[in-house]
Amino acid sequence: MAVAVSLVVVSHSQKLAEGVAELAAQMANEKAMIVAAGGAIDGSLGTSADKVLEALTKAESADGVLVLVDLGSASMAVEIALESLPTWQRERVHLSSAPLVEGAVIAAVEASIGSSLEDVARAAASASTLKKFAGEE
Amino acid sequence: MPVTTEQVIAWLQRSAAALHEQRDYLTQLDSAIGDADHGANMDRGFTAVMDKLPGVADKDAGTILKTVGTTLVSTVGGASGPLYGTAFLRAGMALAGKMELQESDVLSALQAALEGITARGKAKPGEKTMIDALHPAIETFKAALEVGAPLKEALAKATASAEAGMKATIPMLATKGRASYLGERSIGHQDPGATSSWLFLRAMGG
Repeated sequence: MAVAVSLVVVSHSQKLAEGVAELAAQMANEKAMIVAAGGAIDGSLGTSADKVLEALTKAESADGVLVLVDLGSASMAVEIALESLPTWQRERVHLSSAPLVEGAVIAAVEASIGSSLEDVARAAASASTLKKFAGEE
Repeated sequence: MPVTTEQVIAWLQRSAAALHEQRDYLTQLDSAIGDADHGANMDRGFTAVMDKLPGVADKDAGTILKTVGTTLVSTVGGASGPLYGTAFLRAGMALAGKMELQESDVLSALQAALEGITARGKAKPGEKTMIDALHPAIETFKAALEVGAPLKEALAKATASAEAGMKATIPMLATKGRASYLGERSIGHQDPGATSSWLFLRAMGG
């Protein structure tokens, strides 16, 4: 795989994280790595800093890693995982507040065309203003 | 009289027992305004802590509390894992190398724990969280020590403040955590995190 920004998808649900990663991967055309980190350590609903750390390590890329999260404590699990990474690796990670599904899909497209981490993050963030139905306010 | 590491372990065991006993109560509180997992999560976390404790029982208080913190972070999937995990890690850092604790050490550890929770959860008093039980408790504990109260008495007063703080979460509007998604409907329910925080303090009294 050529170097590209990688994505880490963090959700309270293992199935949701895997599903979002699957959807996003379809758009990335195998040009960007997308790693799911869903569910608590035993697979129940929740988040796991250990799983996030494992995903961040797997997704490590010279071009950087964009992390997308679902609810509440997912962001805390990500913060704890980041604290155990060496500084050089932590600096290559960007945390996104983008909506999970749309953010991941848009970021996957952007990453697959070789955009920088900054551009991938900006593209993901644009997902929050996406209109799904014509004429919607 | 200083607090020994055996007493720290005994407190953790009493906490584990209280969390196990109150598991359904915490879950019931959490089902009203959260994701109904607080009781199960805390019980699971402290069951894992109990398994780890024998391995560090002869170590300093800092190592014991840090072990509790890393175990909670690794085993608790809800917000209480990162929050209490960070609290115990910070308290452990404050007590690094100590085989016995003075009153001032207990205060430093409690303050470090609260700072950890505040930093991790980015919450402040009045937002219907653990902080609403812990913050008044620590203020009371500090004030009691300052006027020369013995540790046991200071802890009893702190526990009473934690209980009052916990009850004061009932009319609060949640703006942090899963309960914040409920908006106004979070009003009228006691916060499960503040409740487990009170249980930890109550267990200190022995």
